[in-house]
Amino acid sequence: MIEFILEPLQYAFMVRGIIAAVLVGIVCAVVGTYVVLRGMAFFGDALAHSILPGVAIGYLVGGGARPVLFWWALIAAIFSSLGIGAISRSTKIKEDTAIGVIFAGMFALGVALISTVRSYSIDLAHFLFGDVLGIQNSDLLLVLIFGGLVLFTIFAFYKEFMVLSFDPILAITLRLPVRTLEVVLLILIAVSIVVALQTVGVALTVAMLVTPAATAYLITKRLQSMMIIGVTVASVSGIIGLYLSYYLNIASGAAIVLTCTATFGLIWGVQSVRGKF
Amino acid sequence: MTMFGELQKISQHLSKNRQPHHSGAPILRVQDISVSYETGVAISNIGFELDVGDRLAIVGPNGAGKSTLLKVIAGIINSTSGNIQIFGHDPGGHICIAYVPQRNQVDWEFPVTVADVVMMGRVGQMGLFRNAKERDWKLVHQALEIMGLESYIKRQISQLSVGQQQRMFIARALAQEAELILMDEPLTGLDASLQEEAFRILDSLQSLDVTVLVSHHDVKAVAKRFDHVLLLNKEMLGIGRVDQVLTSENLSIAYGVDLDVVTTDDDTLALGDMYGDDKA
Repeated sequence: MIEFILEPLQYAFMVRGIIAAVLVGIVCAVVGTYVVLRGMAFFGDALAHSILPGVAIGYLVGGGARPVLFWWALIAAIFSSLGIGAISRSTKIKEDTAIGVIFAGMFALGVALISTVRSYSIDLAHFLFGDVLGIQNSDLLLVLIFGGLVLFTIFAFYKEFMVLSFDPILAITLRLPVRTLEVVLLILIAVSIVVALQTVGVALTVAMLVTPAATAYLITKRLQSMMIIGVTVASVSGIIGLYLSYYLNIASGAAIVLTCTATFGLIWGVQSVRGKF
Repeated sequence: MTMFGELQKISQHLSKNRQPHHSGAPILRVQDISVSYETGVAISNIGFELDVGDRLAIVGPNGAGKSTLLKVIAGIINSTSGNIQIFGHDPGGHICIAYVPQRNQVDWEFPVTVADVVMMGRVGQMGLFRNAKERDWKLVHQALEIMGLESYIKRQISQLSVGQQQRMFIARALAQEAELILMDEPLTGLDASLQEEAFRILDSLQSLDVTVLVSHHDVKAVAKRFDHVLLLNKEMLGIGRVDQVLTSENLSIAYGVDLDVVTTDDDTLALGDMYGDDKA
């Protein structure tokens, strides 16, 4: 058993991968709490897809250096999140439609850019599904800095975000800076998605935002415990997922997400059975 | 980094002092307020004043602009013209106004307890990074006690009864130290005994010198339990004592149907139930 646990850890790439998966899990579960409670899952998924052109430009500019990808992805994410907000505010178009327009357009732009590169299919798969085992120390540092920034901001405005999410009208009558807080929250979601890109890729990022937080939502009645349980589910799933990936030889991002999904299914199942008796 | 700029802006905002209250000015002065939406005029030329401790019901048919009027006063929506003063000042600097939402505007499954919700009333005065201080807890407990909710403090909010849920929001307004409480249709969807309880709570607010503005679409309930009333149907059709405002002439203008007016023993008006299709 100890052998089973220690064997993968002799590889530096596994250790780095596990650290990254846990860090990403923590950041995404905390931010994901608001994504779940505010019903922003579609926004999160769309935002993750719309960073593809940023990744593609970063790839073309930096020749595959991952920190360059990170910065371009961040620009694309923030641009898209603010663009979606601007369209739904300034026109009569509803937000989910604005999300659809921006997301599909940006994703197509990303595919078009990547298709100009010769090894098109391989690289696209890499961006879509992540490569946590290829992560370098410099990537880990970026995850640590930006993840830390996100967590710091969430805790700094914990009360304010709680009021804003539960009762936006109270936020107005308490004269909180509602518009600014909303923009900050969109930026936090964007940054978390770029951080999560390091582990699970564009296509599966929404799972890191939504699944652990949703699992926690099933079993808690307080916001702070929802965050703590979500963080636990996400980081434990990250570790278990990577072991599954190592021993069963399956894609690491998919293994992490499937472990989260299985945890959700388990808790949902237990609750349904309990509810019947 | 723009995020740091934003952080600073919020932090400055949160530490900003509140507007002082002008002595002698009425708690609420509404001057010639009009609100138009893309779909048309919601309310026009509304003007009235409230003094501390007043209790006024805004009554009118569905779509009369009652919610709009409350939301303009709370600062949730902007008026197209006219102006509103709280203690002689622009409402933007005041956090002494509380708005009690309609039941169906609340996400009852949100993971918060009764204590969390009531404590939210204190958030505007706590400041960044600050947790609740002794005074905040004192006000929260006091408010919960007045509303009879001390033993439910750790309940998730969906585990409360309808009446308790309403009292929780009023407790939040008290914890906020609100001096003007705006309630949007607080009686809608309550059965007779719960309405009775709601009126008892309104009475207790009056004894705390809290000024209360309540909207309701049912003239009959209002006529029985309020002294002062504002009759609204996009325009102000009257304001003042119930027997002066809720005349059959005014009511037929407001509701577009003829209503019976009956004087009962205790000298209040009971009105014919011509609009039994109350949204419940």
